Amino acid sequence: MLDTSQIDNAKSMSIIVTKGTLDWAYPPFILGTTAAAMDVEVTMFFTFYGLVLLKKDLNLGFTTLGNAAMEMPMMGGHMKMPNLVGMLPGAGGLAGTMMKNLIKKKGVASIEELREAAIESDVRMIACQMTLDLFEYSKDDMIDGIELGGAATYMETALKSDINLFI
Amino acid sequence: MADQLLNAEGLNCPLPILRAKKALKGMTAGQVLEIRATDPGSVADFAAFCNQTGNELLSSSTEGEIYKFEIKKN
Repeated sequence: MLDTSQIDNAKSMSIIVTKGTLDWAYPPFILGTTAAAMDVEVTMFFTFYGLVLLKKDLNLGFTTLGNAAMEMPMMGGHMKMPNLVGMLPGAGGLAGTMMKNLIKKKGVASIEELREAAIESDVRMIACQMTLDLFEYSKDDMIDGIELGGAATYMETALKSDINLFI
Repeated sequence: MADQLLNAEGLNCPLPILRAKKALKGMTAGQVLEIRATDPGSVADFAAFCNQTGNELLSSSTEGEIYKFEIKKN
């Protein structure tokens, strides 16, 4: 937690995390962990679909739907992922598996690994209480060490932060 | 010369930085960490990391496919 009396020069960043798919989980966790490694005080506020990223059991999916510009490397070239493909049964699971294989092959961290790094580096993680109620989750579904809070909790942190991101 | 060696070969952004930070945490001021990476982005990233954290980037060089960095802990 930011203690201004202790570290006057510390930089700080807050991130509102609103998306919980495999692809959208990366930007907040990459920036959060890297900022923490660069001695930045980081707070991540997980709301709406971003909340699932705090679940003990991460089972992140991925869809080609709505990702109009998406191309996957395939057979030496790149293949467009038409939205139509995303509507076929099982396409989401297939795309998720393809993405996970690619991530592993390229030495990219898994979300589990990045979340672990975030915990290790004392990134403050807040679960949105309202979202918890709305989607009927309990704090027991979530990993240990998180806080619960609402908009005012976020605002208090954001007003003191050097950088505020909404992802 | 280095007090500790970190092999970050095959790792992609941001893992080399995260592993380096972890290694530096366990070292004492003045000690030198050598990092070997294959991620081309790590050249710019280790320079930025050192600028921001105050650890000194003693060297940044290339040996074939390997990017080599020496960082002195502050």
